[in-house]
Amino acid sequence: MLSRRNPQLNAHGELIHLLSIEGLPKAVLTQILDTAGTFLSVNDREVKKVPLLRGKSIFNLFFENSTRTRTTFEIAAKRLSADVINLDIARSSAAKGESLLDTIANLSAMHADMFVVRHGESGAPYLIAQHCAPHVHVVNAGDGRHAHPTQGLLDMYTIRHYKKDFSGLVVAVVGDIVHSRVARSDIHALSTLGAAEIRAVGPKTLVPGDLREMGVRVCHDMAEGLRDADVVIMLRLQNERMSGAMLPSAAEFAKSWGLTPEKLALAKSDAIVMHPGPINRGVEIDSAVADGAHSVILPQVTFGIAVRMAVMSIIAGNEA
Amino acid sequence: MNAMLQLDAEALYAELLGGVRSLLKPEGVLVGIWSGGAWLAERLQADLGRSGTAGVISSTLHRDDFGSRGMAAGTDATKLPFAIAGSHILLIDDVLYTGRTIRAVINELYDFGRPASVQLAVLVDRGGRELPIQPAFAAARVVLPAAQKLTLARDEAGRFVFSVREQA
Repeated sequence: MLSRRNPQLNAHGELIHLLSIEGLPKAVLTQILDTAGTFLSVNDREVKKVPLLRGKSIFNLFFENSTRTRTTFEIAAKRLSADVINLDIARSSAAKGESLLDTIANLSAMHADMFVVRHGESGAPYLIAQHCAPHVHVVNAGDGRHAHPTQGLLDMYTIRHYKKDFSGLVVAVVGDIVHSRVARSDIHALSTLGAAEIRAVGPKTLVPGDLREMGVRVCHDMAEGLRDADVVIMLRLQNERMSGAMLPSAAEFAKSWGLTPEKLALAKSDAIVMHPGPINRGVEIDSAVADGAHSVILPQVTFGIAVRMAVMSIIAGNEA
Repeated sequence: MNAMLQLDAEALYAELLGGVRSLLKPEGVLVGIWSGGAWLAERLQADLGRSGTAGVISSTLHRDDFGSRGMAAGTDATKLPFAIAGSHILLIDDVLYTGRTIRAVINELYDFGRPASVQLAVLVDRGGRELPIQPAFAAARVVLPAAQKLTLARDEAGRFVFSVREQA
């Protein structure tokens, strides 16, 4: 992998696709977060729209369902003045047997400038980035268990907003880590941005021990994982990805790994609680925590729009 | 010899202060263009004894060279601590050249409302306009070769200095 250039960067080291946070230099991540700050203030204007992507066509290709992510990408693209085309791809061409690359070739012939791709298979956005025309940009909106880079970046934006600096932070990522592309993206981003300690917290069946090789502290004990944390990122228990006997039951999971006010009291008194949504109330997070004073779950959604505006405007402005 | 070597930014600032004093309506507001113009507006606001802070405006989101240059990596952002609709705006910038920044900034301004009027005062007008834009006041008018870039800097004591660099 190291011998090949990162396919997300051009020869000048500028971002042309966003496929994964893994391998992106700190300067690129910081540029995205700084630019997002500029876009956040667009919400305060009378005209909540800027002309940077005027005349560009952005295709939302969601091979897997998502309401929130697709909507926030759509809002972000529209605030940048792009034309947005949403394809219900799972029900149309793919269902008729068209291959992924044929779909892309057809959409490219419709003069697409950017693809926002969610796919159940890890690596699908890479395949598209490799085969699309040089002027076309690709954003990964979640691929299999692999990566969800814009979620990772909006999580970083949220942490920086509340905690200012990563250097002294203890961040606990809690729950179903093995199935979570969000966890993977968060861990890569946190380690690039220099968080002091990253903890992966959950049962042995859902928290792989090889995370230690990434410098992560693996905690199979909830109290140990939460103690003195500055940031607690709760993950959704992914019922739809769960097959076989990884867990006895959701209720059993909630008892040991669900975040309640009592467990949260172990973290620092000014800790923030994050969740990528949608939340399973009473499973991984108690309503009292989700709606409580430490929760920044809804600001995450707002920041997500600004972060996606930043990503799309940065990649659209760089040439392959 | 390079005429630029004689550009005394502090002396020009004194000229600008006088020009702005006579241009600015009592109900008008100062808006400095990031970054040099913002420094000037901040100091003008104090030297004119005006209460409140001057506005800052950035051209980033309306630049016409986005397609070729992409997003700038800067953290500059527009901050307008007053209503724009119906107000008399005096834009302040350090160097006026092609006029493209001013065009972008006027578009940016209109995203916040419809001003009653917009005027422009600059420290130096270096000619080379590519758009029909003229300042209401310029402390100096000079002609510079296109290869030279004129930049305002601010030292630790807050004093202004001009520098001329050859562009690659």
